Amino acid sequence: MNIIVCIKQVPDTTEVKIDPVTNTLIRQGVPSIVNPFDKNALETALQLKEQHGGKVTVLSMGPAQAKEALKECLSMGADEAVLVSDRAFGGADTLATSYTLAAAVRKLGHFDLIICGKQAIDGDTAQVGPEMAEHLGIAQLTYVCKLEVNGSTVRAQREHEECHEVVEGQFPMVVTVVKTINEPRYSSCKGVLRALRSNIQTLTAQDLAVDETKLGLKGSPTQVRKIFSPSKRTDGVKIQKATARESVSELMQKLADAKIV
Amino acid sequence: MAVKVIEDQCVGCSACVSACPFDAISMNMDKAVIGDACTQCGACVDTCPVQAIVREAEEKTVAIDKDAYKDVWVYLEIAEGQPRNVGLELIGEGRKLADAMKQKLAAVIIGDGVADLAKEAFAYGVDQVYLVEAPELKHYNTDGYTITMTDLINTYRPSVVLMGATNDGRDFGARVACRVHTGLTADCTDLGIDEATGLVAWTRPAFGGNIMATILCPEHRPQMGTVRPSVFKKPVADYSRAGEVIRVASKAKAADIRTRLVEVIKLAGAACNLEEAEIIVSGGRGMKKAENFALLEELAEVLGGAVGASRAAVDAGWLPSMHQVGQTGKTVGPKIYFAVGISGAIQHVAGMSSSDIIIAVNKDAHAPIFDIATYGVVGDALEVVPVMIEEFRKVKAQA
Amino acid sequence: MQFELSEENKMIQKLARQVAETYIAPSVQERDEEERFDRALFDKVASYGFQGIHYQDQYGGSGGDYLSYIIATEEIARVDVSLCIAIGGGGLGGFPIHSYGTEEQKQKYLRPLVEGTALGGFALTEPGAGSDASAQQTTAVLEGDQWVINGSKCFISNYADIYLVIAVTDRSKGLKGLSCFIVEKDTPGFTMGKKEHKMGLRSAVTTEIILQDVRVPKANLLGKEGEAFKYCMQTLDVGRIGCAAQALGIAQAALEHSIKYAKERCQFGKPIAANQGVSFMLADMATKVEAARLLTYQAAWLKQNGRPYGKQAAMAKKFTTDIAMEVTTDAVQIFGGYGYSREYPVEKLMRDAKVHQIFEGTNQIQRIVIAGNLLK
Repeated sequence: MNIIVCIKQVPDTTEVKIDPVTNTLIRQGVPSIVNPFDKNALETALQLKEQHGGKVTVLSMGPAQAKEALKECLSMGADEAVLVSDRAFGGADTLATSYTLAAAVRKLGHFDLIICGKQAIDGDTAQVGPEMAEHLGIAQLTYVCKLEVNGSTVRAQREHEECHEVVEGQFPMVVTVVKTINEPRYSSCKGVLRALRSNIQTLTAQDLAVDETKLGLKGSPTQVRKIFSPSKRTDGVKIQKATARESVSELMQKLADAKIV
Repeated sequence: MAVKVIEDQCVGCSACVSACPFDAISMNMDKAVIGDACTQCGACVDTCPVQAIVREAEEKTVAIDKDAYKDVWVYLEIAEGQPRNVGLELIGEGRKLADAMKQKLAAVIIGDGVADLAKEAFAYGVDQVYLVEAPELKHYNTDGYTITMTDLINTYRPSVVLMGATNDGRDFGARVACRVHTGLTADCTDLGIDEATGLVAWTRPAFGGNIMATILCPEHRPQMGTVRPSVFKKPVADYSRAGEVIRVASKAKAADIRTRLVEVIKLAGAACNLEEAEIIVSGGRGMKKAENFALLEELAEVLGGAVGASRAAVDAGWLPSMHQVGQTGKTVGPKIYFAVGISGAIQHVAGMSSSDIIIAVNKDAHAPIFDIATYGVVGDALEVVPVMIEEFRKVKAQA
Repeated sequence: MQFELSEENKMIQKLARQVAETYIAPSVQERDEEERFDRALFDKVASYGFQGIHYQDQYGGSGGDYLSYIIATEEIARVDVSLCIAIGGGGLGGFPIHSYGTEEQKQKYLRPLVEGTALGGFALTEPGAGSDASAQQTTAVLEGDQWVINGSKCFISNYADIYLVIAVTDRSKGLKGLSCFIVEKDTPGFTMGKKEHKMGLRSAVTTEIILQDVRVPKANLLGKEGEAFKYCMQTLDVGRIGCAAQALGIAQAALEHSIKYAKERCQFGKPIAANQGVSFMLADMATKVEAARLLTYQAAWLKQNGRPYGKQAAMAKKFTTDIAMEVTTDAVQIFGGYGYSREYPVEKLMRDAKVHQIFEGTNQIQRIVIAGNLLK
């Protein structure tokens, strides 16, 4: 089974803080990590490979430093890593990104499954997986929390707001996974050394059969108009009495005054 | 538009370096250099004290007849035969956009045996309903629905399409936007009209909720977006309203549908339907262990609400992930949200800040949750909640 | 001069930190309290290969550099130094086998130590032979094609599977009459004696071992007869860098706990870190830790680049273990009354730090080694 796992290097957004004075992001010291959901995707692929044999290729689009993230994936057990990197891809929104990744997938040749994390924690769009499936003209199953492969049949449990759906489809397919599907493994010392000795293939715009008008900023229908900090509520009331009972009765009084209860 | 540094004007102050949310700017020989990670957001343009960073218009190669696209559409997602609240919320919001643009508002209803829902859509405020019914469309499936929606878009050319940012909505929206080759802004929490251009201004949290971004789709149509459930209020239904139903034959054939629904597994049910709940009692790390969630369940039961959780509580395995509220969990907007033992990390706040009233309980008087709470009780959750249960019981008994 | 860790070093550091925080951290306090060594935990941690990073692939290692091993040791010690004793056991037993063993001995004994499927022990110390290795009483006599070993050893780390035992094979030759033998724990006549109840390192095993007519094949003599003292000295040289790395991890942990606590703990309406009395302590602690780190990494760098490292290893061991004692003592001071309580982590760090000034050659011995190097 040939599996391609798409990963993204992201800043660890849980480590980002807001400067209380300037109300801007403090990025210093925020580590770059493999998008956590993509690690679930890789774990899914590695487990499938362990069960059925085959090859796991990790694919990422990003600047040269994204190689770090790819190396981490290699150290976890991926067989090959490919970075799609070119200035021409800069400023890409999800449509241009998925177009580029789909072109890279075609370049890589035969595959059975593409597995992605449900979304990246910096953009949170959850669009690149489905849009890639569309560019490739193949089926998709998103928000998958359980995945089985039998021959070329994929059976997945999809998470929904209030239920799970069991859905089946056939290779080739794009699957996006949620956190609960598994617990991603750590690498090992051997894996780290193996990853460092591996060669990461880099593909540029020239290597891909692409329409240049569909790349990067030029190929992105959406544009960021402005960026601003979320507003804060300022009219809050803080209650801090000697005992829990006193605090709660004060709260009840305030709720009653405001006609909330 | 591209963001560029005018080297001669750059004084090397590096204000832009720290202002860039994407870490895309570095200093080289005391001049700012914009790298590949740039998303053209323009944060640096506003920050530069000497106007050395500018946005430049770039030649667009794709040109479509934008005037051919008119009207605002709301996709009405259906769950168990009923429209999801988010669709109805979007009718209210779509109405505002349509009125501002002086265009019509339409709902798209796809399914099998769902014609009756057109009445609901009219009651909530649409002028038209596009109705597609076929046995293949009984349940949501990516292929059948995408064929149907793209056919409608290509035939009737709406200017704006709104969808709910549910799991299916996001599965569907991305596929449709890609097929009709347009932009899609995901997970919006605010919609408006950009004054300068008259375009829809889609505002969404990015970067784990740490910043908000307003996004436009200038050259492609329709302008599409998914909107988080519960951030807008449902309009008041008026069942005397009526409108035009445009029935369209389905072009999706059984052979086009490459996935097959095998089974639906019901989960905890109403207790967990956070998006629809009017009162939510959520717990975080301050609950200390799984057993203590019984207290929150009891409080929720007294209030007739649902139980939610922070990511920390879900990661600790105290509650299943479907209870998670926040950036990577669910977005909720109840009348009253109790945040118990939740510190209020931005990722959590992104999922609940549109609640009408937020009551926070936390031991740490400096916890960020108190910055957004309407009422904040400083105290140990395990001491405060039992008293709350008692007090709310009394109130209930009197009522 | 280069002060940047290599990509390999950084990746191993990150991995070791993840593994230590995920698997080791949750039970640190409990194992310390119960004086319990958890073999399953060792197996789990060892499965990541930290003990064998710097050994070649053909012996089950990862082919990494020695500094990576030292950094991994530091990271594990930062969370629980007791576990390092077991992880380091592979190094202590593995080093001499790797350096002097036959290919057969390497495949049979080194490989499991490197792969972490076996625990290693190094049995040199005796009740009467601590710093003075020449006072050995344990003897080994060749009978036919077997060596017969008799004697007892004390303060031996780990319930190991494979031990290196030092014994006298020719008393007339003094230090040159000592030989080294590979002894498997299940060999008849080999028994564990009393377990030590210690001040620190409480979840690492330290025992007495008793050898009564223990017969090992001739092939289990390591290297040459009469050369064990040389092997011991070289093993201790290497061990000192590992010992320094452990102390460094302890000191780093004490520093991190102190900074966090000093920012959180409020007295007189402000965090105690706002007092210069406290913040200057933190500044001194951080400076010491950083200096110790540079010395330790330098010793590791010399070793991995095939340079003489004995002096630097002794300096790193002496300096780092001394500053670990100082920094952990200061950490307890910053925590005040809570620092003395077992509910807080810093008193354990102080207890764990102490022994590092004592074992792997006391810090007095280190001074002899350093002075000897200066005055040769």
